[in-house]
Amino acid sequence: MTDISRRKFLSLTTAAPLAAGVLSTTAVAGETRKFAPVTQETARKRLQGQHLPNLPLITHEGKQVMFYNDLVKDKVVTLNFFFAKCDEICPMVTANLAKVQKLLGDQVGRDIHMYSFTLKPEEDTVAVIGDYRKKFGAKPGWTFFTAKPADMERLRKAIGFTYPDPAVDKDKTQHIGNVRYGNEPLMYWSACPGMAHAKWVAETFEWMIHPERSRVQAP
Amino acid sequence: MYYNVFGEKVSKRRFKEMCEAAKNRLELIAAGLTSRRDLFKMGLLTAGGMLAAKAGLSARAQTTVQTNPASSGQNTSPGTNQNCVPGNQTQSPPTRAFIQPLPIMPNSAKVSSLTPAPTLAPNTAAGEVRAAAFQAPQIDGTRFPVVPGTLYQFNQRQFTTSFSPDLPSQTMWGFDDGTGPRSPGPTYQAFYGQPQITRNINSLPSISQVNNTGFGMASVSTHLHNAHNPSESDGNPCDFYPSGHFCDQYYPNVLAGFNSTNQPNGDVNESLSTLWYHDHRVDFTSQNTYKGLFGFYCLFNQFDTGDETTGFRLPSFPQFDIPLAFNDKVFDPTTGQLAFDLFNLDGILGDKFLVNGVIQPFLQVSARRYRFRLLDTGPSRFYEFFLTGNVGGQGSATTNPFFLIGTDGNLIPAPVQVKSVRIGPAERVDIIIDFTNFAGQTLYLENRLNQINGLGPVAVDSQVAPQNSSSTECGLVLNDSSQGAIKPAGAGDMVLQFRVGSTVTDNSLPPSQQRFYSLPSKSAPARIVRTFKFDRLNGQWSINGQFMDCNTFRFTVQQNSVEHWLLTNLTGDWTHPVHIHLEEHQIMNRNRAAPNVPTDLGRKDVTQLHPNERVELFFRFRDWLGKYPIHCHNVVHEDHAMMALWHVAPTGDNVAVP
Repeated sequence: MTDISRRKFLSLTTAAPLAAGVLSTTAVAGETRKFAPVTQETARKRLQGQHLPNLPLITHEGKQVMFYNDLVKDKVVTLNFFFAKCDEICPMVTANLAKVQKLLGDQVGRDIHMYSFTLKPEEDTVAVIGDYRKKFGAKPGWTFFTAKPADMERLRKAIGFTYPDPAVDKDKTQHIGNVRYGNEPLMYWSACPGMAHAKWVAETFEWMIHPERSRVQAP
Repeated sequence: MYYNVFGEKVSKRRFKEMCEAAKNRLELIAAGLTSRRDLFKMGLLTAGGMLAAKAGLSARAQTTVQTNPASSGQNTSPGTNQNCVPGNQTQSPPTRAFIQPLPIMPNSAKVSSLTPAPTLAPNTAAGEVRAAAFQAPQIDGTRFPVVPGTLYQFNQRQFTTSFSPDLPSQTMWGFDDGTGPRSPGPTYQAFYGQPQITRNINSLPSISQVNNTGFGMASVSTHLHNAHNPSESDGNPCDFYPSGHFCDQYYPNVLAGFNSTNQPNGDVNESLSTLWYHDHRVDFTSQNTYKGLFGFYCLFNQFDTGDETTGFRLPSFPQFDIPLAFNDKVFDPTTGQLAFDLFNLDGILGDKFLVNGVIQPFLQVSARRYRFRLLDTGPSRFYEFFLTGNVGGQGSATTNPFFLIGTDGNLIPAPVQVKSVRIGPAERVDIIIDFTNFAGQTLYLENRLNQINGLGPVAVDSQVAPQNSSSTECGLVLNDSSQGAIKPAGAGDMVLQFRVGSTVTDNSLPPSQQRFYSLPSKSAPARIVRTFKFDRLNGQWSINGQFMDCNTFRFTVQQNSVEHWLLTNLTGDWTHPVHIHLEEHQIMNRNRAAPNVPTDLGRKDVTQLHPNERVELFFRFRDWLGKYPIHCHNVVHEDHAMMALWHVAPTGDNVAVP
């Protein structure tokens, strides 16, 4: 285990329960066990392997991109889900994010990238998401995506838009309220409600661009 | 009696219908009918949103209960019998149990002076980032000098430590009082009447030298949990600061009422004893506390002296009075490194149980009475602790009684003998265990509570809880009431092992002879009743349909007034441990019935809000002014906006549903 190959490392990290089974057969109580050393880079790879899959997506302009390599790696990003025929919540969140984009101004597309993914790729074609994006006045730097349904489902689960009960998990409206935000190289990740006040959401996103700032205000 | 989620009385028949409706809805969703429109089309949903009687829709196939995969395989850790390893979760490498002694945190080391000296107003030129001038010296500069006699300097630093000899060393964040960084941090031994300042310095790696090994935000605000503290020193989640800055936090160690109802010394019946400090950075609290930023703060007075020959004669601190911080963690199977699921919105569970920073330690005790201060540091697990004996011996494991003496660090009027005690994230209980009759034996603190995800325990003992919803995630049927919330003796998680030695002198008073403080009266009329609905909206954690926002204060409490707060839980399946800053509270009722669990009968600062519950709390907000939060202390919910800010001001408002 001391000289673990990169390929093996990645396969182990992406299939953790299996890996545990394989490794533990060699781990006897009391035996000194060697683990793969951890650096900032291996921690980042682990995070990528478990949560930021490099799967193909299609933009509202019909361009194919890879989720990790093209969208997330080395970037500050926001991630959320929607679907075009969603009645109440999606339009509210999308309209709110349009306000957030306005508040962030030219930082969007340069310092931070906003991404929205359809939860119903089977009906939300490139044309549909393009129209949806236009309807809400999204500016450059905010991209909408569709994908093969299986890929989108994998992405949803990887970035944790899920519900612990599988029955409720199937209800797509359970996953459309939140917006993930993160700074990929620094491994700072959290989430906020998409319907929180736009000014606060914008400020929250800016902490990922400027994590070195203080925020202390009089009572 | 049965109630709906609004606390209104309903018939037993109506209640059953409500439970059925909830179950049916889950089945309909499982059947692929996911939108209101689908349900309308099939005539299954009425305009009012009620489900019509369901017929002909087959129930989802029921899965059988499987044997425990974790304990049946190579798990060499007998105490961590997890029922399942949820689909997405990592399973930790095996570790041996009870091979390391329980670490006991040293008392915080004082410093003789701080450089530069603390100042009334924030010393921004020197890099301080406090929100406002200290309140206490402005009220009484003689009792509360700007530079009090007791001073501490805590650097928050990155360091490496070991949780188990079977795991590699871990990169953690801890508190350094000058004797080196550690987690849990050093234990404060504070005294009423002795005000103090802690200079909290953020010395974590800056972003240019970041090596957080996968989680944690080096931006902090340290809260002293349950302290009756002025707001500028409370550690507000929004007052966070980066590496290289500090905040002087003034802890007056003064009883509630000192500047209002009970001048000049405050109400002794409001004495606090077991507090804790932890990072509270908005949106990142779960990661930063999981990474180690927490510790104990034990507060003593003329009755609870820490000396078993004086006052209440409770077992002496620290030899026979031991703080125990519990947390559950998970480790990457390849690297053995502490792992944190950054992409979880529900709540995080670990499969390894740590006490004071070590996996399943043992503690050598003498055959006498001990006081233990139990703290659940989270992130999301609830525990029900039993004192189990005869594990692995002939016959079945035994359950032994002990005494509950405090809830959330506040001594209750008299000790209560219990068989078990349940605590949730951020709650504390103080207990007395008498080992006198167990000389030479081995006992365990065993967690028998069944919890498999962030929802909370699998079934709760609330009057109207329709059990947790079903889950096939782990091959378990959760809404099968035979599953039960409590595992049999010996089948739970052995968290801490007691090795009982021989008899020694015990000058502490037997619990049966103990009497502590009276509960403050709850009869004063409330100036206002406020309602807080804890809910999940399309995945968003909310209070009254709104979300955490550092720029928005939702209501204003009138200084020195009485208020009743109604906490309601509309979610059918989530348990929320709700924490309110500044003042402790008393539970007036749960679903209009008087509380009857011993841990509900004392003064509290966290109240468990079970599914479909309405809990009424009594508050008297005294002495201090400024900003404070109310929030869920499942820190994953807290970090995802289940929090609201409010003010205390000379004039309050009348916002009943903030």
